[in-house]
Amino acid sequence: MNLTHLTLLEQAVFVLAALVLFLSFSLLAQARLLAGIHIFAWQGGVLALATGLIAATSDEPHLFISAALTFGLKALTIPWMLHRLVRRLELERHADPLQHPALVMMAGAALVIFSYWVVAPIEQLELAGIRNILSISLAVVLLGLLIMVTRRQAVTQVIGFMSMENGLFLAAVAATQGMPLVVELGIAFDVLVAAVLFGVFFLHISESIDSLNVDRLNRLSTREDDGA
Amino acid sequence: MNTAAWWLVLLQALLFLLGAPLLVAWVRRVKARLQNRRGASLWQPYRDFYKLFAKETLVAHTASSVFRAAPYIVFGSTLLACMVVPLLALGLPSAAVADVIVLVGFLALGRFFLTLAGMDIGTAFGGMGASREMLVSALAEPAMLMAVFTLAMTAHSTNLASIAEHQLSTGLILRPSYLFALMGLVLVAIAETGRIPVDNPTTHLELTMIHEAMLLEYSGRHLALMEWAAQLKLMLYGVLIVNVFLPWGIATEFTPLALAVGLLAVVGKLIFLGLLLGVAETGLAKMRLFRAPQFLNLALLLALLGLLSHVILEGGA
Repeated sequence: MNLTHLTLLEQAVFVLAALVLFLSFSLLAQARLLAGIHIFAWQGGVLALATGLIAATSDEPHLFISAALTFGLKALTIPWMLHRLVRRLELERHADPLQHPALVMMAGAALVIFSYWVVAPIEQLELAGIRNILSISLAVVLLGLLIMVTRRQAVTQVIGFMSMENGLFLAAVAATQGMPLVVELGIAFDVLVAAVLFGVFFLHISESIDSLNVDRLNRLSTREDDGA
Repeated sequence: MNTAAWWLVLLQALLFLLGAPLLVAWVRRVKARLQNRRGASLWQPYRDFYKLFAKETLVAHTASSVFRAAPYIVFGSTLLACMVVPLLALGLPSAAVADVIVLVGFLALGRFFLTLAGMDIGTAFGGMGASREMLVSALAEPAMLMAVFTLAMTAHSTNLASIAEHQLSTGLILRPSYLFALMGLVLVAIAETGRIPVDNPTTHLELTMIHEAMLLEYSGRHLALMEWAAQLKLMLYGVLIVNVFLPWGIATEFTPLALAVGLLAVVGKLIFLGLLLGVAETGLAKMRLFRAPQFLNLALLLALLGLLSHVILEGGA
Protein backbone atom coordinates (compact mmCIF):
# COMPACT_ATOMS: atom_id res chain seq x y z
CA MET A 1 0.00 0.00 0.00
CA ASN A 2 1.46 3.26 -1.04
CA LEU A 3 -0.11 6.62 -0.51
CA THR A 4 1.43 7.89 -3.72
CA HIS A 5 -0.94 5.72 -5.77
CA LEU A 6 -4.04 7.32 -4.30
CA THR A 7 -5.81 10.47 -5.34
CA LEU A 8 -5.70 13.52 -3.14
CA LEU A 9 -9.25 12.95 -1.91
CA GLU A 10 -8.46 9.39 -0.83
CA GLN A 11 -5.39 10.66 0.97
CA ALA A 12 -7.61 13.17 2.72
CA VAL A 13 -9.79 10.28 3.93
CA PHE A 14 -6.71 8.75 5.53
CA VAL A 15 -5.82 12.03 7.20
CA LEU A 16 -9.35 12.34 8.56
CA ALA A 17 -9.29 8.76 9.85
CA ALA A 18 -6.04 9.55 11.66
CA LEU A 19 -7.68 12.68 13.09
CA VAL A 20 -10.56 10.60 14.42
CA LEU A 21 -7.98 8.47 16.22
CA PHE A 22 -6.27 11.56 17.59
CA LEU A 23 -9.59 12.92 18.86
CA SER A 24 -10.18 9.62 20.64
CA PHE A 25 -6.86 10.12 22.40
CA SER A 26 -7.90 13.68 23.32
CA LEU A 27 -11.12 12.30 24.78
CA LEU A 28 -9.08 9.86 26.78
CA ALA A 29 -6.90 12.62 28.21
CA GLN A 30 -9.57 15.27 28.71
CA ALA A 31 -10.69 15.67 32.30
CA ARG A 32 -13.32 18.38 31.90
CA LEU A 33 -16.81 17.30 31.00
CA LEU A 34 -17.69 20.20 28.72
CA ALA A 35 -14.39 20.03 26.83
CA GLY A 36 -14.94 16.29 26.43
CA ILE A 37 -18.36 16.90 24.90
CA HIS A 38 -16.83 19.42 22.50
CA ILE A 39 -14.15 16.94 21.43
CA PHE A 40 -16.84 14.32 20.90
CA ALA A 41 -18.72 16.77 18.68
CA TRP A 42 -15.54 17.41 16.67
CA GLN A 43 -15.02 13.68 16.27
CA GLY A 44 -18.54 13.38 14.87
CA GLY A 45 -17.87 16.24 12.50
CA VAL A 46 -14.60 14.77 11.23
CA LEU A 47 -16.30 11.39 10.82
CA ALA A 48 -19.09 12.99 8.80
CA LEU A 49 -16.52 14.73 6.59
CA ALA A 50 -14.66 11.45 6.05
CA THR A 51 -17.94 9.75 5.11
CA GLY A 52 -18.72 12.53 2.69
CA LEU A 53 -15.29 12.20 1.07
CA ILE A 54 -15.68 8.42 0.76
CA ALA A 55 -19.07 9.03 -0.83
CA ALA A 56 -17.48 11.42 -3.30
CA THR A 57 -14.58 9.10 -4.19
CA SER A 58 -16.53 5.83 -4.38
CA ASP A 59 -19.58 7.13 -6.20
CA GLU A 60 -22.04 5.90 -3.59
CA PRO A 61 -24.65 8.66 -3.28
CA HIS A 62 -26.44 7.05 -0.35
CA LEU A 63 -23.32 7.64 1.74
CA PHE A 64 -23.99 11.37 1.48
CA ILE A 65 -27.20 10.76 3.42
CA SER A 66 -25.39 8.92 6.17
CA ALA A 67 -22.74 11.66 6.21
CA ALA A 68 -25.45 14.27 6.73
CA LEU A 69 -27.11 12.05 9.33
CA THR A 70 -23.80 11.59 11.18
CA PHE A 71 -23.18 15.29 11.15
CA GLY A 72 -26.66 16.14 12.36
CA LEU A 73 -26.72 13.53 15.10
CA LYS A 74 -23.16 13.11 16.35
CA ALA A 75 -21.79 16.56 15.75
CA LEU A 76 -24.84 18.60 16.70
CA THR A 77 -27.79 16.88 18.38
CA ILE A 78 -26.17 14.45 20.82
CA PRO A 79 -23.47 16.92 21.98
CA TRP A 80 -26.20 19.52 22.41
CA MET A 81 -28.27 17.10 24.48
CA LEU A 82 -25.31 16.17 26.64
CA HIS A 83 -24.45 19.84 27.01
CA ARG A 84 -27.94 20.67 28.18
CA LEU A 85 -27.89 17.75 30.58
CA VAL A 86 -24.59 18.81 32.08
CA ARG A 87 -25.91 22.31 32.53
CA ARG A 88 -29.11 21.09 34.12
CA LEU A 89 -27.18 18.91 36.59
CA GLU A 90 -24.83 21.86 37.22
CA LEU A 91 -21.72 19.94 36.30
CA GLU A 92 -20.21 22.60 34.00
CA ARG A 93 -17.08 22.97 36.05
CA HIS A 94 -16.88 19.33 36.92
CA ALA A 95 -13.72 17.43 36.06
CA ASP A 96 -13.07 13.71 36.12
CA PRO A 97 -9.27 13.45 36.09
CA LEU A 98 -7.52 10.20 35.33
CA GLN A 99 -5.67 8.40 38.08
CA HIS A 100 -2.51 7.71 36.06
CA PRO A 101 -2.68 9.80 32.89
CA ALA A 102 0.69 8.73 31.47
CA LEU A 103 -0.08 5.06 32.05
CA VAL A 104 -3.50 5.32 30.41
CA MET A 105 -1.97 7.08 27.43
CA MET A 106 0.58 4.30 27.04
CA ALA A 107 -2.21 1.76 27.28
CA GLY A 108 -3.98 3.66 24.52
CA ALA A 109 -0.88 3.55 22.29
CA ALA A 110 -0.55 -0.18 23.03
CA LEU A 111 -4.18 -0.68 21.98
CA VAL A 112 -3.45 1.00 18.65
CA ILE A 113 -0.53 -1.33 18.04
CA PHE A 114 -2.64 -4.30 19.14
CA SER A 115 -5.44 -3.46 16.73
CA TYR A 116 -2.91 -3.08 13.92
CA TRP A 117 -1.56 -6.53 14.77
CA VAL A 118 -5.05 -8.03 14.86
CA VAL A 119 -6.06 -6.59 11.53
CA ALA A 120 -2.73 -7.39 9.83
CA PRO A 121 -3.82 -10.86 8.51
CA ILE A 122 -6.62 -9.21 6.52
CA GLU A 123 -3.87 -7.93 4.23
CA GLN A 124 -4.18 -11.15 2.25
CA LEU A 125 -7.69 -10.21 1.21
CA GLU A 126 -6.24 -7.56 -1.11
CA LEU A 127 -8.23 -4.81 0.46
CA ALA A 128 -5.00 -2.97 1.18
CA GLY A 129 -6.40 0.56 1.38
CA ILE A 130 -9.31 -0.57 3.53
CA ARG A 131 -7.24 -2.59 5.96
CA ASN A 132 -5.42 0.51 7.19
CA ILE A 133 -8.59 2.33 8.09
CA LEU A 134 -10.02 -0.85 9.58
CA SER A 135 -7.23 -1.05 12.13
CA ILE A 136 -7.70 2.64 12.94
CA SER A 137 -11.40 2.13 13.55
CA LEU A 138 -10.77 -0.94 15.69
CA ALA A 139 -8.37 1.19 17.71
CA VAL A 140 -11.07 3.86 18.10
CA VAL A 141 -13.48 1.21 19.40
CA LEU A 142 -10.93 -0.10 21.88
CA LEU A 143 -10.06 3.42 22.99
CA GLY A 144 -13.74 4.08 23.63
CA LEU A 145 -13.77 0.98 25.78
CA LEU A 146 -10.69 2.24 27.61
CA ILE A 147 -12.43 5.57 28.25
CA MET A 148 -15.39 3.73 29.78
CA VAL A 149 -13.09 1.61 31.95
CA THR A 150 -10.93 4.43 33.27
CA ARG A 151 -13.67 6.96 34.00
CA ARG A 152 -15.94 7.04 36.98
CA GLN A 153 -18.24 9.82 35.82
CA ALA A 154 -21.41 8.65 34.11
CA VAL A 155 -21.29 11.42 31.47
CA THR A 156 -17.73 10.63 30.39
CA GLN A 157 -18.61 6.95 30.24
CA VAL A 158 -21.45 7.74 27.88
CA ILE A 159 -19.10 9.81 25.73
CA GLY A 160 -16.74 6.84 25.62
CA PHE A 161 -19.63 4.62 24.54
CA MET A 162 -20.64 7.04 21.81
CA SER A 163 -17.08 7.31 20.50
CA MET A 164 -16.98 3.51 20.35
CA GLU A 165 -19.97 3.75 18.05
CA ASN A 166 -18.02 6.30 15.98
CA GLY A 167 -15.29 3.69 15.51
CA LEU A 168 -17.80 1.08 14.38
CA PHE A 169 -19.31 3.51 11.92
CA LEU A 170 -15.88 4.36 10.50
CA ALA A 171 -15.17 0.65 10.04
CA ALA A 172 -18.51 0.11 8.27
CA VAL A 173 -18.05 3.06 5.95
CA ALA A 174 -14.44 2.27 5.10
CA ALA A 175 -14.71 -1.49 4.67
CA THR A 176 -18.01 -1.94 2.86
CA GLN A 177 -18.78 1.55 1.55
CA GLY A 178 -21.39 1.82 4.23
CA MET A 179 -24.14 -0.48 5.40
CA PRO A 180 -27.54 -0.55 3.68
CA LEU A 181 -29.31 2.70 4.31
CA VAL A 182 -32.07 1.07 6.37
CA VAL A 183 -29.52 -0.40 8.77
CA GLU A 184 -27.72 2.89 9.05
CA LEU A 185 -30.90 4.78 9.79
CA GLY A 186 -31.75 2.18 12.42
CA ILE A 187 -28.38 2.52 14.11
CA ALA A 188 -28.50 6.30 13.98
CA PHE A 189 -31.84 6.38 15.76
CA ASP A 190 -30.68 3.73 18.19
CA VAL A 191 -27.85 6.01 19.18
CA LEU A 192 -30.21 8.93 19.51
CA VAL A 193 -32.58 6.92 21.67
CA ALA A 194 -29.63 5.70 23.73
CA ALA A 195 -28.60 9.30 24.31
CA VAL A 196 -32.12 10.17 25.48
CA LEU A 197 -32.26 7.14 27.78
CA PHE A 198 -28.85 7.94 29.21
CA GLY A 199 -30.13 11.41 29.95
CA VAL A 200 -33.05 10.00 31.91
CA PHE A 201 -30.72 7.65 33.75
CA PHE A 202 -28.41 10.50 34.69
CA LEU A 203 -31.28 12.38 36.22
CA HIS A 204 -32.33 9.33 38.23
CA ILE A 205 -28.83 8.49 39.37
CA SER A 206 -28.10 12.03 40.43
CA GLU A 207 -31.43 12.26 42.21
CA SER A 208 -30.93 9.06 44.18
CA ILE A 209 -27.24 9.27 45.08
CA ASP A 210 -26.67 13.01 44.63
CA SER A 211 -23.73 12.47 42.30
CA LEU A 212 -22.88 10.96 38.94
CA ASN A 213 -19.87 9.09 40.25
CA VAL A 214 -20.71 5.49 39.40
CA ASP A 215 -18.34 4.14 42.08
CA ARG A 216 -20.98 5.19 44.59
CA LEU A 217 -23.41 2.73 43.06
CA ASN A 218 -21.43 -0.09 44.67
CA ARG A 219 -22.43 1.03 48.13
CA LEU A 220 -25.67 0.27 49.83
CA SER A 221 -26.14 3.48 51.73
CA THR A 222 -24.69 6.93 51.73
CA ARG A 223 -23.61 6.49 55.30
CA GLU A 224 -20.66 4.30 54.41
CA ASP A 225 -19.46 7.21 52.40
CA ASP A 226 -18.85 9.32 55.45
CA GLY A 227 -16.65 6.72 57.04
CA ALA A 228 -14.53 6.24 53.91
CA MET B 1 31.95 24.31 -7.33
CA ASN B 2 32.85 22.90 -3.98
CA THR B 3 34.35 26.11 -2.63
CA ALA B 4 31.35 28.02 -3.95
CA ALA B 5 29.10 25.69 -1.99
CA TRP B 6 31.06 26.32 1.18
CA TRP B 7 30.75 30.07 0.59
CA LEU B 8 27.02 29.49 0.38
CA VAL B 9 27.12 27.74 3.75
CA LEU B 10 28.80 30.82 5.22
CA LEU B 11 26.22 33.05 3.56
CA GLN B 12 23.47 30.95 5.12
CA ALA B 13 25.03 31.23 8.56
CA LEU B 14 25.30 34.98 8.09
CA LEU B 15 21.65 35.16 7.07
CA PHE B 16 20.72 33.23 10.19
CA LEU B 17 22.75 35.62 12.34
CA LEU B 18 21.23 38.73 10.81
CA GLY B 19 17.74 37.35 10.27
CA ALA B 20 17.12 35.99 13.77
CA PRO B 21 16.77 39.40 15.50
CA LEU B 22 14.56 40.56 12.66
CA LEU B 23 12.24 37.57 13.09
CA VAL B 24 11.96 38.23 16.82
CA ALA B 25 11.30 41.90 16.15
CA TRP B 26 8.60 40.92 13.65
CA VAL B 27 6.85 38.69 16.18
CA ARG B 28 7.02 41.49 18.76
CA ARG B 29 5.63 43.91 16.21
CA VAL B 30 2.70 41.63 15.44
CA LYS B 31 1.95 41.22 19.12
CA ALA B 32 2.17 44.97 19.71
CA ARG B 33 -0.24 45.66 16.87
CA LEU B 34 -2.70 43.11 18.20
CA GLN B 35 -2.53 44.76 21.61
CA ASN B 36 -3.23 48.19 20.10
CA ARG B 37 0.32 49.41 20.65
CA ARG B 38 2.52 50.88 17.98
CA GLY B 39 5.42 48.63 18.92
CA ALA B 40 9.17 49.12 18.59
CA SER B 41 10.91 49.46 15.26
CA LEU B 42 12.02 46.29 13.50
CA TRP B 43 15.63 47.32 14.09
CA GLN B 44 15.25 47.50 17.87
CA PRO B 45 17.00 44.16 18.60
CA TYR B 46 20.04 45.33 16.63
CA ARG B 47 20.15 48.55 18.62
CA ASP B 48 19.91 46.50 21.84
CA PHE B 49 22.83 44.35 20.74
CA TYR B 50 24.85 47.42 19.77
CA LYS B 51 24.23 48.87 23.21
CA LEU B 52 24.99 45.64 25.04
CA PHE B 53 28.21 45.00 23.12
CA ALA B 54 29.41 48.53 23.93
CA LYS B 55 28.64 48.17 27.62
CA GLU B 56 30.97 46.97 30.32
CA THR B 57 30.66 43.26 31.12
CA LEU B 58 30.35 42.63 34.82
CA VAL B 59 30.85 39.18 36.31
CA ALA B 60 29.97 38.21 39.87
CA HIS B 61 33.01 37.46 42.02
CA THR B 62 31.70 33.94 42.75
CA ALA B 63 31.63 33.11 39.07
CA SER B 64 33.87 30.36 37.74
CA SER B 65 35.30 30.00 34.27
CA VAL B 66 32.18 28.08 33.22
CA PHE B 67 30.15 31.23 33.63
CA ARG B 68 32.54 33.17 31.37
CA ALA B 69 32.80 30.47 28.74
CA ALA B 70 29.09 29.58 28.61
CA PRO B 71 27.90 32.48 26.39
CA TYR B 72 30.45 31.63 23.71
CA ILE B 73 29.68 27.90 23.84
CA VAL B 74 25.91 28.46 23.79
CA PHE B 75 26.17 30.93 20.93
CA GLY B 76 28.61 28.77 18.98
CA SER B 77 26.68 25.53 19.33
CA THR B 78 23.42 27.22 18.37
CA LEU B 79 25.06 28.74 15.30
CA LEU B 80 26.51 25.35 14.33
CA ALA B 81 23.06 23.83 14.75
CA CYS B 82 21.67 26.52 12.44
CA MET B 83 24.19 25.57 9.75
CA VAL B 84 22.71 22.06 9.63
CA VAL B 85 19.26 23.35 8.69
CA PRO B 86 18.72 24.07 4.98
CA LEU B 87 17.76 27.73 4.67
CA LEU B 88 18.20 28.74 1.03
CA ALA B 89 19.32 25.65 -0.81
CA LEU B 90 19.42 21.87 -0.54
CA GLY B 91 22.50 19.75 -1.05
CA LEU B 92 24.93 22.01 0.79
CA PRO B 93 28.11 20.40 2.12
CA SER B 94 27.29 21.39 5.71
CA ALA B 95 24.04 19.43 5.52
CA ALA B 96 25.93 16.41 4.23
CA VAL B 97 28.29 16.50 7.22
CA ALA B 98 25.62 16.51 9.91
CA ASP B 99 22.12 15.06 10.16
CA VAL B 100 19.24 15.84 12.45
CA ILE B 101 20.61 13.82 15.37
CA VAL B 102 23.69 16.03 15.35
CA LEU B 103 21.37 19.02 15.31
CA VAL B 104 19.62 17.81 18.47
CA GLY B 105 23.05 17.14 19.94
CA PHE B 106 24.24 20.71 19.27
CA LEU B 107 21.12 22.09 20.90
CA ALA B 108 21.60 19.80 23.89
CA LEU B 109 25.21 20.95 24.25
CA GLY B 110 24.12 24.57 24.27
CA ARG B 111 21.41 23.88 26.80
CA PHE B 112 23.80 21.95 29.05
CA PHE B 113 26.13 24.93 29.32
CA LEU B 114 23.24 27.35 29.67
CA THR B 115 21.95 25.49 32.71
CA LEU B 116 25.46 25.10 34.13
CA ALA B 117 25.92 28.86 33.85
CA GLY B 118 22.56 29.37 35.51
CA MET B 119 23.67 27.35 38.52
CA ASP B 120 27.26 28.63 38.57
CA ILE B 121 26.70 31.88 40.46
CA GLY B 122 24.75 30.13 43.18
CA THR B 123 21.72 32.42 43.24
CA ALA B 124 18.36 30.86 43.90
CA PHE B 125 16.86 32.09 40.63
CA GLY B 126 19.61 30.65 38.50
CA GLY B 127 19.19 27.21 39.99
CA MET B 128 15.44 27.40 39.72
CA GLY B 129 15.60 28.42 36.08
CA ALA B 130 18.11 25.65 35.36
CA SER B 131 15.96 22.97 36.93
CA ARG B 132 12.90 24.18 35.05
CA GLU B 133 14.77 24.32 31.77
CA MET B 134 15.94 20.75 32.30
CA LEU B 135 12.39 19.63 33.11
CA VAL B 136 11.10 21.11 29.88
CA SER B 137 13.94 19.87 27.73
CA ALA B 138 13.93 16.35 29.15
CA LEU B 139 10.31 16.05 28.06
CA ALA B 140 10.67 17.92 24.78
CA GLU B 141 13.66 16.07 23.40
CA PRO B 142 12.05 12.60 23.01
CA ALA B 143 9.05 14.22 21.34
CA MET B 144 11.29 16.10 18.95
CA LEU B 145 13.34 13.03 18.08
CA MET B 146 10.23 10.95 17.54
CA ALA B 147 8.68 13.59 15.28
CA VAL B 148 11.87 13.77 13.28
CA PHE B 149 12.12 9.98 13.06
CA THR B 150 8.64 9.94 11.54
CA LEU B 151 9.95 12.12 8.74
CA ALA B 152 13.11 10.09 8.51
CA MET B 153 11.13 6.87 8.06
CA THR B 154 9.29 8.37 5.13
CA ALA B 155 12.38 9.74 3.45
CA HIS B 156 14.66 6.85 4.50
CA SER B 157 17.24 9.31 5.74
CA THR B 158 17.92 11.33 8.86
CA ASN B 159 19.51 14.05 6.80
CA LEU B 160 17.35 17.17 6.76
CA ALA B 161 18.25 18.07 3.20
CA SER B 162 17.32 14.60 1.91
CA ILE B 163 14.04 14.71 3.84
CA ALA B 164 13.16 18.01 2.19
CA GLU B 165 14.33 16.70 -1.17
CA HIS B 166 12.13 13.61 -0.81
CA GLN B 167 9.21 15.87 -0.01
CA LEU B 168 9.92 17.96 -3.11
CA SER B 169 10.29 14.98 -5.44
CA THR B 170 7.05 13.26 -4.41
CA GLY B 171 4.97 16.41 -4.68
CA LEU B 172 2.01 17.15 -2.45
CA ILE B 173 0.87 14.05 -0.60
CA LEU B 174 -1.43 14.35 2.37
CA ARG B 175 0.32 12.20 4.90
CA PRO B 176 -1.35 11.82 8.29
CA SER B 177 2.06 11.09 9.79
CA TYR B 178 3.40 14.44 8.54
CA LEU B 179 0.42 16.24 10.00
CA PHE B 180 1.00 14.73 13.44
CA ALA B 181 4.75 15.21 13.26
CA LEU B 182 4.16 18.86 12.32
CA MET B 183 1.81 19.43 15.23
CA GLY B 184 4.19 17.68 17.62
CA LEU B 185 7.16 19.65 16.35
CA VAL B 186 5.31 22.94 16.68
CA LEU B 187 4.54 22.17 20.33
CA VAL B 188 8.16 21.19 20.94
CA ALA B 189 9.35 24.36 19.23
CA ILE B 190 7.11 26.49 21.44
CA ALA B 191 8.44 24.79 24.57
CA GLU B 192 12.08 24.84 23.49
CA THR B 193 12.19 28.45 22.40
CA GLY B 194 10.47 29.59 25.57
CA ARG B 195 7.36 31.13 24.05
CA ILE B 196 3.88 31.45 25.59
CA PRO B 197 2.25 29.22 26.93
CA VAL B 198 5.33 27.44 28.32
CA ASP B 199 7.52 30.43 29.11
CA ASN B 200 7.03 34.13 28.64
CA PRO B 201 9.96 35.72 26.78
CA THR B 202 9.24 39.17 28.17
CA THR B 203 8.65 38.34 31.80
CA HIS B 204 10.86 39.15 34.72
CA LEU B 205 8.45 37.82 37.28
CA GLU B 206 10.49 35.42 39.35
CA LEU B 207 7.79 32.81 39.84
CA THR B 208 7.21 32.17 36.16
CA MET B 209 10.40 32.75 34.22
CA ILE B 210 12.46 29.88 32.89
CA HIS B 211 14.94 31.17 30.35
CA GLU B 212 15.30 34.64 31.83
CA ALA B 213 16.03 33.22 35.27
CA MET B 214 19.27 31.70 34.01
CA LEU B 215 20.43 34.95 32.39
CA LEU B 216 19.81 37.24 35.37
CA GLU B 217 23.48 37.51 36.28
CA TYR B 218 24.69 38.21 32.77
CA SER B 219 25.50 41.65 31.45
CA GLY B 220 27.17 43.34 28.50
CA ARG B 221 28.40 41.22 25.64
CA HIS B 222 27.73 37.97 27.53
CA LEU B 223 24.06 38.88 27.79
CA ALA B 224 23.99 39.93 24.14
CA LEU B 225 25.41 36.58 23.04
CA MET B 226 22.94 34.65 25.18
CA GLU B 227 19.99 36.63 23.84
CA TRP B 228 21.25 36.29 20.31
CA ALA B 229 21.54 32.52 20.78
CA ALA B 230 17.93 32.39 21.99
CA GLN B 231 16.79 34.35 18.93
CA LEU B 232 18.82 32.07 16.66
CA LYS B 233 17.05 29.11 18.22
CA LEU B 234 13.64 30.58 17.43
CA MET B 235 14.66 31.11 13.82
CA LEU B 236 16.17 27.64 13.66
CA TYR B 237 12.93 26.00 14.71
CA GLY B 238 10.96 28.25 12.37
CA VAL B 239 13.14 27.37 9.38
CA LEU B 240 13.12 23.71 10.36
CA ILE B 241 9.33 23.65 10.37
CA VAL B 242 8.76 25.59 7.16
CA ASN B 243 11.56 24.09 5.10
CA VAL B 244 11.15 20.45 6.07
CA PHE B 245 7.37 20.28 5.90
CA LEU B 246 6.79 22.81 3.13
CA PRO B 247 10.06 22.93 1.20
CA TRP B 248 8.54 24.40 -1.97
CA GLY B 249 10.56 27.29 -3.31
CA ILE B 250 13.89 26.24 -1.86
CA ALA B 251 16.81 26.23 -4.30
CA THR B 252 18.02 22.87 -5.54
CA GLU B 253 20.79 24.30 -7.70
CA PHE B 254 23.27 27.03 -6.91
CA THR B 255 22.30 29.63 -9.52
CA PRO B 256 21.70 33.21 -8.40
CA LEU B 257 18.10 33.11 -9.62
CA ALA B 258 17.24 29.91 -7.75
CA LEU B 259 18.90 31.27 -4.61
CA ALA B 260 16.97 34.52 -4.84
CA VAL B 261 13.72 32.58 -5.18
CA GLY B 262 14.75 30.43 -2.22
CA LEU B 263 15.44 33.52 -0.14
CA LEU B 264 12.11 35.10 -1.03
CA ALA B 265 10.27 31.84 -0.31
CA VAL B 266 11.81 31.34 3.10
CA VAL B 267 11.31 35.00 4.06
CA GLY B 268 7.67 34.78 3.05
CA LYS B 269 7.14 31.58 4.98
CA LEU B 270 8.85 32.95 8.08
CA ILE B 271 6.77 36.16 7.95
CA PHE B 272 3.66 34.01 7.88
CA LEU B 273 4.92 31.79 10.70
CA GLY B 274 5.79 34.87 12.77
CA LEU B 275 2.28 36.17 12.20
CA LEU B 276 0.81 32.89 13.44
CA LEU B 277 3.09 32.89 16.48
CA GLY B 278 2.17 36.47 17.33
CA VAL B 279 -1.54 35.78 17.07
CA ALA B 280 -1.23 32.57 19.12
CA GLU B 281 0.78 34.32 21.82
CA THR B 282 -1.74 37.11 22.07
CA GLY B 283 -4.62 34.68 22.35
CA LEU B 284 -3.10 32.29 24.86
CA ALA B 285 -2.26 32.78 28.50
CA LYS B 286 0.87 31.37 30.04
CA MET B 287 0.12 28.13 31.83
CA ARG B 288 1.36 27.04 35.19
CA LEU B 289 4.77 25.42 35.12
CA PHE B 290 3.35 22.18 36.47
CA ARG B 291 1.15 21.90 33.45
CA ALA B 292 4.13 22.03 31.11
CA PRO B 293 4.65 18.24 31.36
CA GLN B 294 1.06 17.74 30.17
CA PHE B 295 1.70 20.06 27.25
CA LEU B 296 4.81 18.14 26.29
CA ASN B 297 3.10 14.79 26.81
CA LEU B 298 0.67 15.96 24.18
CA ALA B 299 3.62 16.68 21.88
CA LEU B 300 5.01 13.21 22.57
CA LEU B 301 1.62 11.64 21.94
CA LEU B 302 1.29 13.49 18.63
CA ALA B 303 4.74 12.39 17.56
CA LEU B 304 3.94 8.81 18.57
CA LEU B 305 0.68 8.92 16.63
CA GLY B 306 2.64 10.22 13.66
CA LEU B 307 4.96 7.25 13.91
CA LEU B 308 2.05 4.81 14.32
CA SER B 309 0.00 6.28 11.50
CA HIS B 310 3.06 6.11 9.29
CA VAL B 311 3.25 2.37 9.89
CA ILE B 312 -0.49 1.69 9.91
CA LEU B 313 -1.95 4.03 7.33
CA GLU B 314 0.95 4.47 4.98
CA GLY B 315 2.13 0.90 5.09
CA GLY B 316 5.63 1.95 6.05
CA ALA B 317 6.24 3.41 2.62
